[in-house]
Amino acid sequence: MGGVSQDTGGLGGKPSWWAQTWPHLILILASIVALYPILWVVKTALSPGQALSADPNPFPTDVTWEHFAAITGAEGFWTQAKNSLIVSGATMFVGVFFSTTAAYAFSRFRFPGRQVALTGFLLTQIFPGVVMMIPLYILLDVAGLLDSLLGLVLVYSTTAIPFSTWMLKGYFDTIPKELEEAALIDGADRWTIFYRVVLPLAKPALAVTALFSFMTAWNEFILAATFMNDAELFTLPVALQRFVGEHQTEWGKFAAGAILTSIPVMALFYALQKHLVGGLTAGGVKG
Amino acid sequence: MTRVLLLLALVVGVWAPEAQAETDGPLVLWHSYRGAEEAALKASVAAFIESADGTPVEVLAIPNEALASKLQSAIPRGNGPDVFIFAHERVGGWSASGHIRALNPEAIGGEDRFFAETLASLRAARPASDAVPDPAPELWGAPLNFKSTALFYRTDLIETPPATTDELLALGAELKARDIYPLAYMAQSFYFHAAWYFGYGGTLFEPDAQGQQGFAGQGAIASFDFVAELQRQAFVPEEVTGALVASLFNNKKAAMVINGPWFLGEIADGVPWAIAPLPTVSATGLPARPFLTIEAAFISGYESPPERVARSESLVRWLTSPAEAIRRGRDGRQLVATQDAWLDEGLNNDKVLAAFLAQRATTKPMDSRPEMRLVWEPGDLALRKLLRGDTDGAGASVAAARRHSAISRPQPAESSPLPFIILAAGLLLGLIALIFRGIVAVRRRGEGKLALMGWRWIAPAMVTTTILVVVPFVVGLVLAFFAHKDGDWTFVGLAHFGDILSAGDYDVFEPLSFYYALLITVLWTAVNVALHVAIGLFLAILLNRPLLRLKPVYRVLLILPWAVPNYITALIWKGMFHKQYGAINGMLEGLGLDGISWFSNTGTAFFANVCTNAWLGFPFMMVVCLGALQSIPKDLYQAAAVDGASGWQRFRHVTLPLLRPALVPAVLLGIVWTFNQFNIVYLVSAGEPDNSTDILISEAYRWAFARQDQFGYAAAYAALIFVLLLGWSVISVRAAKRAEEVL
Repeated sequence: MGGVSQDTGGLGGKPSWWAQTWPHLILILASIVALYPILWVVKTALSPGQALSADPNPFPTDVTWEHFAAITGAEGFWTQAKNSLIVSGATMFVGVFFSTTAAYAFSRFRFPGRQVALTGFLLTQIFPGVVMMIPLYILLDVAGLLDSLLGLVLVYSTTAIPFSTWMLKGYFDTIPKELEEAALIDGADRWTIFYRVVLPLAKPALAVTALFSFMTAWNEFILAATFMNDAELFTLPVALQRFVGEHQTEWGKFAAGAILTSIPVMALFYALQKHLVGGLTAGGVKG
Repeated sequence: MTRVLLLLALVVGVWAPEAQAETDGPLVLWHSYRGAEEAALKASVAAFIESADGTPVEVLAIPNEALASKLQSAIPRGNGPDVFIFAHERVGGWSASGHIRALNPEAIGGEDRFFAETLASLRAARPASDAVPDPAPELWGAPLNFKSTALFYRTDLIETPPATTDELLALGAELKARDIYPLAYMAQSFYFHAAWYFGYGGTLFEPDAQGQQGFAGQGAIASFDFVAELQRQAFVPEEVTGALVASLFNNKKAAMVINGPWFLGEIADGVPWAIAPLPTVSATGLPARPFLTIEAAFISGYESPPERVARSESLVRWLTSPAEAIRRGRDGRQLVATQDAWLDEGLNNDKVLAAFLAQRATTKPMDSRPEMRLVWEPGDLALRKLLRGDTDGAGASVAAARRHSAISRPQPAESSPLPFIILAAGLLLGLIALIFRGIVAVRRRGEGKLALMGWRWIAPAMVTTTILVVVPFVVGLVLAFFAHKDGDWTFVGLAHFGDILSAGDYDVFEPLSFYYALLITVLWTAVNVALHVAIGLFLAILLNRPLLRLKPVYRVLLILPWAVPNYITALIWKGMFHKQYGAINGMLEGLGLDGISWFSNTGTAFFANVCTNAWLGFPFMMVVCLGALQSIPKDLYQAAAVDGASGWQRFRHVTLPLLRPALVPAVLLGIVWTFNQFNIVYLVSAGEPDNSTDILISEAYRWAFARQDQFGYAAAYAALIFVLLLGWSVISVRAAKRAEEVL
């Protein structure tokens, strides 16, 4: 990083004590705000009974693991976890793979119809879903995609792909074309350049789109519960939503389930974050 | 290759035959029971399979929230269950729309098997026709269990429960002096209020003693005044939620609770308690009459071979038999509707069950006609107004009656579809001509090859996205021109649009008018997206500092709000904004300030919604910004630093312009998503006060799901939202293009 630090605002030298400290103060404060409401989720999950804690103390007084045991011991829990991982993982791959090629074309080729298609992707996100449920159900039924995890993946992809395409296109735009032009002159074809030159440079954006695509599928339950007629195909959020009754919610179990379902997200993010800070300017700077 | 396979799959899929109802194959039963109730049902079904009948049965448990919409999607397509268990409230609508089948009482064990009042709610007449101008009511479901509220009380605080409301008030004064809430219940919900409403002589559909009916009646007003008095004397806590009721009762801060049998699971171990029927209203001498709801077994209305229907009937007969009812009562602790089951000692000796059985004598069976579904919204509105202290009983009654008339929308007159068909055909032809002209122009310019290459690269993404969006979208758009009632669709042309744009029964600047809601929606979108980007970008820049330690820890902690399902965290935020027990007012009071009644005021309620949504949404934007920041070459900062640029100048002239290409898509889509994201508003402020914090899409959902399934009207709302966002996106895409050649 050539001796110049962003921290000092000046030339050379070691950042001052204060310049090193204040970002931590802000980040600690932000982390407290982020964590504070979640402490109640943890408290509800660890306290006996099924009530959602309403008193201001965010720490549990009696600790019990019964809710976690009830969740992991429930019939079908591991099948649902597996389904969720399959559906979200597949949505992630479909989202990332399908949108990279599209985004690359949008970024690099000025082909006729490009503007229309790019706006079209945005339009798919605009129509409110409120009246789309029954037509979508009929469409999936006719296509034989009800009761199939593939159908669910395709439905989730309609949210994942447009965002991923736009996001990646924006990122590709920032990658200098000179690199590719050099490779073209050397006789490489477009695909080779795309895979060998552009994709490795776009790792941070790929990490963002991967996480986003995964999350589109991970917490959704209404479509999953409507399109699946077989308990063997239910996903975790469907099982979690079962704790919410018409009159009463089993908050203890719901909270425990909510914590369990957020663990894979954290793990995925932890795994992806080294790519988030790599990419074009990775040389010399470590995150 | 993937492209070819995908197209192939779609082509094959389209010609796949529709599912046929088979004669054989196991019976399918859908329900949404949990815990002990589910276990009892499963045991019953297992015993049925083993019995001489010997029919295999598959049982599927579905989340309560998804069950109705799943049934409505699946039954007409032949994918539904043979038998399902549901509350009786939809009998009126579903019997008319053909989702359920009329039962032959003899086939399910005879009407004498059940308590008479549990059958009343399950009867409905088919719509009148020329052949049968005055159809007789028929039975549409077999009652399994009944539910109502009753009075729970702590025996360490109260020796004998109050028999009249006067006794209740006297007892209240005594308890209040000891700093204990006499009564805790969801006073702002009409379901709970109904007991007082009927106790004071209020009626919903029949004329009362003065010939009035509905919310305008004297009984209704008197019941509202009674609740206002409870609130004024602080005999009931403020802003009550289910969680608060349980917490107050368990912590000995509330002596009595009005709640249903589901409350049993929330009472903590070691709390001494008992149940009694609700008191008699002293002013009228009538008992407080809570709603009686029925959980019934229904047989799907989908065309099915007679043998299969007969097997479904035998399953229903089995489930309602005394022996199986006793099982549900003993193991599932349900209040069974089968009379003879109560001869069982186990049920009779169960004090909880016996108390609810006693309460049954003074309940009001909840009406099952579709109009019942228009009662909740005005009722809740009146109670919330009242409990905020905005009005008295008479004012609440006026507000409720007004809302009731606004949502009881008469069906618009049928109109001829011909002009619309011609117009649509014209538009379609124009579109085809436009595409054709475009293709010809591309050919002439010799860009055909380039176009083909471009479209080949985007094809996989395009095909996947558009097929699943375009078809439902077109259907949704077409529905906006139809009115839906009980499964029938009538073409009404532009009537819905006219109603919405003329603000219907509301003033233009009143909540729920299209224009007011639009204003709130635009504000909601702008504030949220601005906060998401500002907080996300700021944290991302901090996290991007090269020498910062502990980065991975911060990053993982800061994404937590995105990772945890928002259904629970949104409700926790709502709890934090609670007037009496919320952490936020706790902090304000700690600083020596007064607590704020967050949800009584549009501004503060909006603030609470925004706080929650900003908290939920900033991690996503932070991750996007973290990724986008990597696209800025570090040497640019060095160059800027060499030139003596300050931190702000570097941000303004290096970071921001270079971040634009990667940030614009996230902002554009963030705006679209936030515009249509109503669930946070729904969970946190629930539109309070008086729907003034509701956004446009909330209305669409209400018309579609809460107000008599007016899908056509909801579709018109959706279409208008689409047009608004379309106009906005065309303008902003153009602006972005002109400004910096981003696109």
